[in-house]
Amino acid sequence: MAHIALPEGNPGISGGFAFRPETATPMRELADILLYQPGSLSPGERELIATYVSSQNDCYFCQTSHGAAAAAYLGGDAVVKQVKADFQTASVTPKLKALLTIAGKVQRGGKNVTGEDVAHARNLGATDVEIHDTVLIAAAFCMYNRYVDGLGTWQPHDQTMYAEMGKHLVEHGYLRPSR
Amino acid sequence: MPHIALLEGLPGIRGALAFRPETAKPLNELVEVLMRGPHTLSPGERELIATYVSALNECYYCQTIHGAIAAAHLNGDEDLVKRVKADFQQADISGKLKALLVIAAKVQKGGKNVTGEDISHARSKGATDLEIHDTVLIAAAFCMFNRYVDGLGTTQPRDEALYRERGKQVAREGYIAVSKTYMPAKAAAR
Repeated sequence: MAHIALPEGNPGISGGFAFRPETATPMRELADILLYQPGSLSPGERELIATYVSSQNDCYFCQTSHGAAAAAYLGGDAVVKQVKADFQTASVTPKLKALLTIAGKVQRGGKNVTGEDVAHARNLGATDVEIHDTVLIAAAFCMYNRYVDGLGTWQPHDQTMYAEMGKHLVEHGYLRPSR
Repeated sequence: MPHIALLEGLPGIRGALAFRPETAKPLNELVEVLMRGPHTLSPGERELIATYVSALNECYYCQTIHGAIAAAHLNGDEDLVKRVKADFQQADISGKLKALLVIAAKVQKGGKNVTGEDISHARSKGATDLEIHDTVLIAAAFCMFNRYVDGLGTTQPRDEALYRERGKQVAREGYIAVSKTYMPAKAAAR
């Protein structure tokens, strides 16, 4: 049971969003810009970063819903599983591996990011905007994950539901609720 | 030096926000509603929660600017801000705010640390569901802002007078209004 009286039937973050629409609006817009709107990193790559950070934070709802979105973009969940288990051996570009290294450092704390991490990502073709957005995606999921778990939200273990949510995110982005 | 080419002369989060106005908009809107929107917790109490979480995350810029904003809301009481950071259980704040700071500290370490007992204790001190919700979200949001500010290697001048003046300005005018004084008119071409 959630720690506070969240409207029923809303899994994960949608419970918090339904409880407090005033804060939901900017939180949805931030996710939409970072993960859905056009950028030089594909939406699938950005969802992989979000999934990886959520997995490092051990947030079931976030890693499963964003993993489903990533799988929908990438045509299957094989890469999603690889990235969560060990991204260095996953079938992703070296640039994305370098960005995932930065994201993992940010998850543990912003000061962990070194000049060498950033130089390595640049050598592999990462731009300043890509590095900025990687840092902010990782930081933002340290917020979303804590919000979802800190309220004790309902997180059903129902893969069909997450697959539908992933499909909704791919088709409509983050501004509107999926249910 | 910052890890990426942030505008010079804009310390802390300001350089990052100016670099990417698209994400700055929802970030400023979120902090404005959380810290300054109509609420039963005063802006000073909410800024103390933000300052405390930023201190736990060891983000110099965030704990200093939000500490200055908190003091500005609290009749300039910088000693109270220092006591909350050092040991809030001994600080001269309400029992309810202490219970909410316990929850905020749990969220800072990870959301799953919050227990039903923490919530019952806050409720027994008079906390409402909305106050508990916003405490969780303020703590979570500052785990984002702190990582954003430190993860980009932003410049963080050690100049308390600068933070004190800016803290007064933000307390008076708000986050969105102040951001308009330093945000570029439009995103730089890239």
